[in-house]
Amino acid sequence: MRKITGFDKDLDEKYSRLDEVISRYQSGRGQLIRILQEAQEIFGYLPEEVQAYIAGRTRIPVSEVNGVVTFYSLFSTRPRGRYGINVCLGTACYVQGAREIIDDFRRELALKDGDTSDDGLFTVKSTRCLGACGLAPVITVNGEVHGRISRKDVPRILRQYRKMDKAGEAAIGRQPERSEGDKRQIPAGP
Amino acid sequence: MVGSLKDLREIRDKYLPDLEARRRDDSKYPHLQVMVCAGTGCTSSESIPLKKDLERRLAEANLDHRVKVVKTGCFGFCKIGPIVVVHPGAVLYCNVSKNDIPELVEEHFVRGRVVERLIYREPGSGVKKRSIRDIHFFKSQMRVALRHCGLINPEDIREYIAAGGYFTLEDCLSRRKPEQIIEDIKKSGLRGRGGAGFPVGLKWEAARNAGGSEKYVVCNADEGDPGAFMDRSILEGDPHSVLEAMTIAGYAVGAGEGFIYVRAEYPVAVDRLEKAIRQAREYGLLGRDILGSGFEFDVDIRLGAGAFVCGEETALLRSAMGLRGEPRPRPPFPAQCGLWGKPTLINNVETFANIPEILSRGPGWYSSIGTEKSKGTKVFSLAGKIVNTGLIEVPMGTTLRRVIFDIGGGVPDGKKFKAVQTGGPSGGCIPEKHLDTPIDYESLRAIGSIMGSGGLIVMDEDDCMVDIAKFYLEFSQDESCGKCTPCRVGTKRMLEILERITAGRGEMQDLYELEELSREVMDASLCGLGQTAPNPVLSTIRYFRDEYEAHIIDKKCPAGVCRALLEYTVDEEKCVSCGLCARACVADAITGDKKGQPYFIDRQKCLKCGACQAKCPKGAIYAH
Repeated sequence: MRKITGFDKDLDEKYSRLDEVISRYQSGRGQLIRILQEAQEIFGYLPEEVQAYIAGRTRIPVSEVNGVVTFYSLFSTRPRGRYGINVCLGTACYVQGAREIIDDFRRELALKDGDTSDDGLFTVKSTRCLGACGLAPVITVNGEVHGRISRKDVPRILRQYRKMDKAGEAAIGRQPERSEGDKRQIPAGP
Repeated sequence: MVGSLKDLREIRDKYLPDLEARRRDDSKYPHLQVMVCAGTGCTSSESIPLKKDLERRLAEANLDHRVKVVKTGCFGFCKIGPIVVVHPGAVLYCNVSKNDIPELVEEHFVRGRVVERLIYREPGSGVKKRSIRDIHFFKSQMRVALRHCGLINPEDIREYIAAGGYFTLEDCLSRRKPEQIIEDIKKSGLRGRGGAGFPVGLKWEAARNAGGSEKYVVCNADEGDPGAFMDRSILEGDPHSVLEAMTIAGYAVGAGEGFIYVRAEYPVAVDRLEKAIRQAREYGLLGRDILGSGFEFDVDIRLGAGAFVCGEETALLRSAMGLRGEPRPRPPFPAQCGLWGKPTLINNVETFANIPEILSRGPGWYSSIGTEKSKGTKVFSLAGKIVNTGLIEVPMGTTLRRVIFDIGGGVPDGKKFKAVQTGGPSGGCIPEKHLDTPIDYESLRAIGSIMGSGGLIVMDEDDCMVDIAKFYLEFSQDESCGKCTPCRVGTKRMLEILERITAGRGEMQDLYELEELSREVMDASLCGLGQTAPNPVLSTIRYFRDEYEAHIIDKKCPAGVCRALLEYTVDEEKCVSCGLCARACVADAITGDKKGQPYFIDRQKCLKCGACQAKCPKGAIYAH
């Protein structure tokens, strides 16, 4: 349970928030997933250090914590972009052309193997059915829903968020925003 | 705090006039009520800011004391959202935007005139229908599980009580024995709405008869089938019905604690549930000594983290304990050995939502609806290539044709119907010739699909059935937890064969191998995910063999979907030589000049990405 402290106030604060979360849920049974979800909210992702820290504090073997993290698709062990674009690939969206939309996003952002753009601004992922099938095809950007979109909307949406980012209005949606500094401060997972 | 029947009655009597004015036009009721849909569909199209704007403008016009704005659950007609309904008159306004609010306030609330341009028109005939009660989509339904969606404010427990909520719980706790309740559920013929259709009464009885003092009730709200959103709408529109039913179940089987396992992809539902639980605790309808009966029951939420297999009950129970959601063989069934090794009753959202109504109106009433073996009503979500996307509830035994063409309005844009998919990745594709099948658990199984949780996805002539089979198999293969080999490796091998076929490298032998592998995966897999994963493949081979053969023998995709089998061509008549396609092409496969000559695509260089087609302003590039 290595914890890097002392030289980085921002990170210290995150760990103290994590401590609060752990003590809130520790008494309840089987709350590991909830703790991991909130930890991901705090840190933006779940690097090995955070997993090990949670394992130490909850007295759950680190192998088990890692087993849970890697089992569920909503957990990420890599840093994510400031704007998470989730393209719904549920059947209703799929038959309305969602596959082409995700391909277009990847092409526009020149993504190759990874899911995050080089400037660290966007992470593009497919997601399971959001249940907004009446609005198919649907995407969410940091939790904000955009419905009935077409391939022509892809560049427009990216432009919109780039512009918003420049204007410093990053604080939208449910996912916590991550400052540029985080990438340096938290050692990335393997 | 509600401590007795008297307290419940007091709340009901106070709020009943509001509800009655919504149910029927009551001229004595002093207010106008505006219902704004706050389901996921409508909130995604900005119904919450719409509501705020409406309230602000009403206040500005000094109308706020006369007009009540109420947030409500999903009406089910997502196609025409955001939906606003005004009582009395039940006037339905569709696709309302913020810009319409000033006119709405001025016309309807000041002058008392209906805003005609926002009124719903029946597709086809174009006839205007002012009242929600006259609209065919709503008239054709029978709402039991969805009885309160669109009627009450889901965030106000008093409205639920006014609608008769928690009275059934009170009746059970003070006047009925657990055995009687279970007997009634058995008599009603209710079967599990999660998909498998196991008789609910038998499950309750098994949990009741299991030994031990510590037991649990679990609600499965891990609605993972793509294209299914019934449970989400119930949780968003009527969360207390689920809480009331779980408490009754706790009393019937002897459990003191309940858990609702919800997928994290449903933030609105989670939020409503949290509010509902908080209110129920405040009112003493959860917790110790409920309604003075001495019975104690509480409910907690467990969030999923994105794993489809967790919809399977043994996997869900492991995940609810914070572990990897891997299934295990049954028996022992959860009713004997569930959460923390204790007897656990597990039912899905829609099943629970039916319970209070069944117990209040009697098992005889419920079993009079439906078919011989499938009783009651079923909620279906309509999605894909269908005019009226949304949520409907109809009696079991209604035909697929009626659901899709009559209530659903058929296929849009004059396209031809090809298939309807039921049951998600565990179900199958049903062709035109079986559309007159009455929907029930057995009949759908007989034609190679399953009831599943109720997602109906319509496909038209533009959908390739081989591609659809590949889509579902990709899903199952990706979501396979990896615990057992037949599912982990079998679905992978099947997917490889389908990828070969859609890439134009298939052979006829592949079809035989797909069928052979399907049987093995179905027979040998550990849980429902693997046992049903081949269904989409088998049903498409059964009904659309010609499409498979076209891919394999002619190397063509008749629907024009499988990219590797397509050729992109510029329609010389339509091309205006703007050059956008050439600029969009990453392979430099398009040549031409802007002097009026049509552009040309070099098939040797073309990567078949479709970027040119998307860019063309004239629709001059087509794939075939």
